[in-house]
Amino acid sequence: MTQLLLEQALNGLQFGLMLFLLAAGLTLVFGIMDCINLAHGSLYMVGAYFVAAATQAADSFWIGLGVGVAGAALLGLLLELSLFRQLYKRDHLSQVLATFALILIANEAVRVIWGAQPVMLNPPDALAGPVEFSLLGDTFFYPAYRLVIIAFGIGVAGLLYLLVAKTRVGMWVRAGASNREMTEALGINVQALFTAVFVFGTALCALAGGLLGPLLAVQVGMGESVLILAFVVIIIGGIGSIRGALVGSLIVGSVDTLGRALLPTLLRALLPADAASTLGPALASILIYLLMAGILFFKPQGLFPARA
Amino acid sequence: MAFYRAAPYQQPVAIALVLILAALPFVLTAFGQEFYIGFATRVLIFALAASSLNLVLGFGGMFSLGHAAFFGIGAYAAAICQQAGVNEALIAFPLAMLAAGSFALAVGAISLRTRGVYFIMITLAFAQMAYYLFISARSLGGDDGLPLAGRMTLAGVPLTDDTSLYFAAFFGLTLAMLFFGRLADARFGRVIQAIRENETRMEALGYPVFTYRLVCFALGGALAGLAGALLANLTGLASPNLLVWTQSGTLLVMVIIGGVGYLYGGVVGALILLCLEEVLVGFTSHWHIVLGLILLGVVLFAPKGVAALFGKRHG
Repeated sequence: MTQLLLEQALNGLQFGLMLFLLAAGLTLVFGIMDCINLAHGSLYMVGAYFVAAATQAADSFWIGLGVGVAGAALLGLLLELSLFRQLYKRDHLSQVLATFALILIANEAVRVIWGAQPVMLNPPDALAGPVEFSLLGDTFFYPAYRLVIIAFGIGVAGLLYLLVAKTRVGMWVRAGASNREMTEALGINVQALFTAVFVFGTALCALAGGLLGPLLAVQVGMGESVLILAFVVIIIGGIGSIRGALVGSLIVGSVDTLGRALLPTLLRALLPADAASTLGPALASILIYLLMAGILFFKPQGLFPARA
Repeated sequence: MAFYRAAPYQQPVAIALVLILAALPFVLTAFGQEFYIGFATRVLIFALAASSLNLVLGFGGMFSLGHAAFFGIGAYAAAICQQAGVNEALIAFPLAMLAAGSFALAVGAISLRTRGVYFIMITLAFAQMAYYLFISARSLGGDDGLPLAGRMTLAGVPLTDDTSLYFAAFFGLTLAMLFFGRLADARFGRVIQAIRENETRMEALGYPVFTYRLVCFALGGALAGLAGALLANLTGLASPNLLVWTQSGTLLVMVIIGGVGYLYGGVVGALILLCLEEVLVGFTSHWHIVLGLILLGVVLFAPKGVAALFGKRHG
């Protein structure tokens, strides 16, 4: 039981940190530029494919990760310059339509280039096995690669925090999220800032895609389900707030993982077997949406609203 | 935005359209193109679904990204009715509308407390909940969906052949559009559009803003439920795929292409999108790319939608 709990808690942490990489870019694009980007999940998918392709070509996961993320960032730059720049000043409807179109294009383009079958992406050989560690006299096993992802996630989250909270550029970003007009009036080059934030957000979600690639299948449509989760995260956290995105991701990651692992067992103890076996998986998969609806009911602006 | 007012030529155009649509299955049969009757039925059903979203989005100003839930619930309600032994559409369809409308009422009662982007996302969250509930409900077929044993009867007439189902969808859409047109021009429609324009002012004038919005949202949900019940009859299946969020996205795309807040926006959008699909599929299996590029073109060059050419809005 302790083994299970610890393992699921670590899985939840790992999932939450990866969600944070996705949500950080999304919440900034959303909060600062007031732009709904449904194609954020597609950038995550394209990032994972880039990493898989680069890994295959370079025969090294880490080189592949670097090259893939750089490639995705370049794509993000091109998209921002050609399309998103025009969308910022448009209404939400146009943004939804345009980015929905991007999803269609991205999914089909990936299918044309890499085929409909999932692409294999293997973790580096050194990290393929489990790690053994002991806690309170018990020994536990946990996949080494997942631990590396957790370390990566914590590292990036820390760097992002320093960048946003302690640097001048970060101050501009926060200012842009809380009051765009005022920021412009103070002479900040908001257009360049927008481009930088968008490219940075793309790189982060490509990084998440590349890191998760070996755990999940790299396939067409992988972006859509995760996109919804990322939206749930930034709504819970409050749009435009990096801190909110971090808290939201950790909440969503652990509630989702622990719910799926523990709820069916818990319900079996409380309800008759056949009711529990139907209700368990259903409840586990809607748990985070219930959580989000509940939080919005009491705090309609999310937990850490950027525009106070 | 401005208020909807029917253009002077709108009524004759609508009558001509009704006559053309009424004659369509006979013309198709005469030319031996019966296959397209099913396609035309699909267009009518999606026109109804998109129009119901247009009521919520275009007239009510509520940007819902969870409309597919009501659509799907209507389909499931029809399938469940049939399993329970109710094979008469005159009973099953109102029940489907009731089911979808009640769900919309519950969703709206919670979601309408939030504003802007939060509203978009909370409606999406509720739709996802409904989707996962249907997927994990084994008694409703889970992933596979709930098949219908056969098509229902409408007032005793079996809808088994495509032409009679076409007319069922045709009557459904025509009645809905008549209702929609009356509603848009009636007191309720004016109030709901005024709320879209300036909520604070309407609140100050003493209108129960929340209630008006909620009723509009539930009406939209009920009409979507009718479309779902019709679609279940056409495809013979209530599938959880009807509730996927991309389905909500597709309905939104239809409304936006057609024209948000124009009476015929949903109809025009459904017609354009489904015809585009049908044509593009014939040319290339990678038609999604072409469709995506066309949608991008619409956003960049025709932001007001196509129905903007047909209906006037007065400031």
